[in-house]
Amino acid sequence: MLLRHTPKEITERSALSINPAKTCQPVGAMYASLGVHGCLPHSHGSQGCCAYHRSALTRHYKEPISAATSSFTEGASVFGGQANLLQAIENIFTVYEPEVIAVHTTCLSETIGDDLPQMTDKARESGKIPDGKHVIFANTPSYVGSHVTGFSNMVKGMLRVAESTGKKNGKVNIIPGWVEPADMEEIKRLCALIGVAITLFPDTSGVLNGPMSGQYKMFPEGGVTIRELKGTGDAIGTLALGDWCSADAARYLDSQFKVPCRILEMPFGLKATDRFIDALRTIAGVSVPEEIAHERGQLVDLISDMHQYFYHKKVALVGDPDQLIALTEFFTSIDMWPIHIVTGTPGKRFEKKIKKLTEGSPFPVNVRSAGDMFLLHQWIKNEPVDLILGNTYCKYIARDEDIPQVRFGFPILDRVGHQYFPTVGYKGGIRLLEKVLNALLDRKDRDDSEQSFELVL
Amino acid sequence: METNTKLVQWDPTDVKTEMLKKYPPKVARKRAQQIMINEAQGNETPEITANVRTIPGIITMRGCTYAGCKGVIMGPTRDIVNITHGPIGCGFYSWLTRRNQTDASAAGAENYMPYCFSTDMEDKDIIFGGEKKLEAAIQEAYDLFHPRAIAVFATCPVGLIGDDIHAVTKKMKEKFGDCNVFAFSCEGYKGVSQSAGHHIANNQIFRHVVGENNEEKPGEFKINLLGEYNIGGDGFEIDRILKKCGITNIATFSGNSSYDQFASAHTANLNCVMCHRSINYVADMLETKFGIPWIKVNFIGAKATAKSLRRIAKYFGDEKLINRVEEVIAEEMPEVERVQSEVRPRTEGKTAMMFVGGSRAHHYQELFNEMGMKTVSAGYEFAHRDDYEGRQVIPNLKVDADSRNIEELEVEPDPVRYKPRKTNEEMKALEATGFPFKDYQGMAADMGEKSLIIDDLNQYEAEKLVEILKPNIFCAGIKEKYSIQKLGIPMKQLHSYDSGGPYAGFKGAVNFYREIDRLVNSKVWEYLKAPWQLNPELSATYVWE
Repeated sequence: MLLRHTPKEITERSALSINPAKTCQPVGAMYASLGVHGCLPHSHGSQGCCAYHRSALTRHYKEPISAATSSFTEGASVFGGQANLLQAIENIFTVYEPEVIAVHTTCLSETIGDDLPQMTDKARESGKIPDGKHVIFANTPSYVGSHVTGFSNMVKGMLRVAESTGKKNGKVNIIPGWVEPADMEEIKRLCALIGVAITLFPDTSGVLNGPMSGQYKMFPEGGVTIRELKGTGDAIGTLALGDWCSADAARYLDSQFKVPCRILEMPFGLKATDRFIDALRTIAGVSVPEEIAHERGQLVDLISDMHQYFYHKKVALVGDPDQLIALTEFFTSIDMWPIHIVTGTPGKRFEKKIKKLTEGSPFPVNVRSAGDMFLLHQWIKNEPVDLILGNTYCKYIARDEDIPQVRFGFPILDRVGHQYFPTVGYKGGIRLLEKVLNALLDRKDRDDSEQSFELVL
Repeated sequence: METNTKLVQWDPTDVKTEMLKKYPPKVARKRAQQIMINEAQGNETPEITANVRTIPGIITMRGCTYAGCKGVIMGPTRDIVNITHGPIGCGFYSWLTRRNQTDASAAGAENYMPYCFSTDMEDKDIIFGGEKKLEAAIQEAYDLFHPRAIAVFATCPVGLIGDDIHAVTKKMKEKFGDCNVFAFSCEGYKGVSQSAGHHIANNQIFRHVVGENNEEKPGEFKINLLGEYNIGGDGFEIDRILKKCGITNIATFSGNSSYDQFASAHTANLNCVMCHRSINYVADMLETKFGIPWIKVNFIGAKATAKSLRRIAKYFGDEKLINRVEEVIAEEMPEVERVQSEVRPRTEGKTAMMFVGGSRAHHYQELFNEMGMKTVSAGYEFAHRDDYEGRQVIPNLKVDADSRNIEELEVEPDPVRYKPRKTNEEMKALEATGFPFKDYQGMAADMGEKSLIIDDLNQYEAEKLVEILKPNIFCAGIKEKYSIQKLGIPMKQLHSYDSGGPYAGFKGAVNFYREIDRLVNSKVWEYLKAPWQLNPELSATYVWE
């Protein structure tokens, strides 16, 4: 057994986190920054943070992840990191020539109280930021929240460049939250089909799912441009997908530029996609195109065709709040039973929301925010499930307990596909359900006796 | 052979100039000292600057002290509960990401490597101090697992807020009585790279664990293998060979290791150092305190493996062992040579570049040589000058502020257990036969004339190098992998090997030949351009059948 020391008996822990279901803020900020065109993320702290975040993102995407660091030494940690940041900004604009540098802090620079607004002002005043280039930033203390918080903070940080000309530009801001590049692409496709002009930010499509062509571009074609970000202040409204990832930025635009917003769930599964499409249709004042209705029908068709195989299957879910809320709704809506749900990200409202979504479940539903995978594993030992959905680290539980797993979330270190195929929208729902079915049916084919082994399923 | 003609066209001095051209003057001056054109002849090696600060904003390959301590040195030990004291990230990123294998198949064996333990510090812990939480976390780990050892690793904020992790661990060790609890002040900002973390790990493992178990282990020829991390099973292959030769490996630092191995390390009679950079401190301390001499070995490459085995046998000077080693080499080599000759026509004359670690960029040149491939440029990520130029430069190393704040343990001969394994005369006699103790000649001595040796290579320089010299394969780490491959050059990770291994020893050499053959001859590199890009002219109308 790989996790041989995990006891079935659950004892409450107050201090020791074991097998976390979250990581720290800066990696989320780095991911968000990569969704800005021509942007080099910059980690203001010791160089290990940047190395770890780049490695994690690289392993997840199998793509180059460029980011720079202030490379603090003990001296910088004592005297402050201003000299390092100024030198970094100068070097970055000279050597790598990005359009934008997106600086995020770390626990180190936060603990010593480095003042980013003052430092970036100083960089500007001392001429280290060339004309027409930008430095944006976000405070991302690693000891608050999780990687999701860092993502949210950097998305809000991008809006420092937003402006209001007083004239609406007719576009809708869409904040997709921490979803994959393929998901961002899918959201753009759906909006284009309905005919809603949007600014999607961040947008990592075309950045983190790039082709191999014999050329390396540190700054690929994709990403939201600074010009588009400026225009977010003139938008007619903002759709924030996911409360944890996207609401702060949407509310910021509301309070700063009176751009009204709606917070929707991330469009995973049938119902959440329905609400997303309905919102777009209403905003655009058009009917939903037949093509989208067709895709929806296909998803409903698949649910009905294969219902017997996932009906009343018990699921354990682990990941980030916005995704888990949408997925819990999806699984519940197709008559599956999510019974153990864990996020490492703190926030009691997550637990309330999940409880509400799973009302009427015949099983007691275990849900925990600020939880960890050790607890999830213990729950599974006490009440086994038919399927685990979560990131690659779940495979240790899946193997030990002999339970099928669908990989979902961050990080996925041992499979591909998330870069290329969306799980948002109706088409994404079809893919997600296909993955769930494959996992369940592969297990059935493995476990059925020779007498009951069947050709046709 | 296109690559070789390119080489001729580019003088290394021009390559260097080209790499530095775009830098701001200050950066260019600093980097110029870390780029050396190799003109090593005998003992005359040009001086390179190494183990100096990374330049802020320059996209470095380096990681931090915590990574070197918790990730590299302490990560591969299976039965110590390693608790990261800090916000969640550091523990999370060092969780199972290094491909260290371990054999925990024995009945009742403990294995905490698949677990990540962290105090997950929050803002209130940063403001009010994290000692209480750390104490509670240690207690919870003890209550849950009853391990024989718990180690605590400091992350950046811990040092800044002044948590006394050593006081906490000392208190808990005394409280438990049956569990060794100790801590590492390996905050990420210390030193200039992972290297500082290696040193800190060496110190604490020596101070708190080595020598804890005096029980004599069975075995005639007892060694420790230092600086071998069992990535992809390297250590398993080395252990297989050692066992076959009749050599007993008491402790590996730290691949496939257990607490007891460290605790018993002082009972070995020879220390064999693989990765000089990460572990030479322990080797030196074991010699001073217990009288165990050390030699440099290298099990990367079949010839190097044979040479290292012979060296170990010669040290013990036992006729039976010497013969057995020869038998083993004779048994193992035919398969190695068979695969070598099969692969060589496809790899001969190809070129490689290697920028990793503190030893691997040197060791792996052996394997490439065996395949007829030339290393045109190499360098380390976190080495010191001695790793390039040889240990004779150690007395002349500048001790700067960053090195000064890494503790140097004062070690003295153990009043009871110090026992020189060889008399002075025996040591001298061996040395007189060309048997080097405590010696490492560094990378430069083994590299070709005019090859480029570059310390702390960064993203920009890597791209330039590849663009100019067009190697057939580039070796570095995961962060570098895909930017190089986008250029159409295969990239092999030499930290964690991507996948596969072992690459050490005889079987490892065979694996490596096949892996490099696969990479440099993969058909995929032919597909970068679509047919219409190769032939964009619409010269004719389409010909239907």
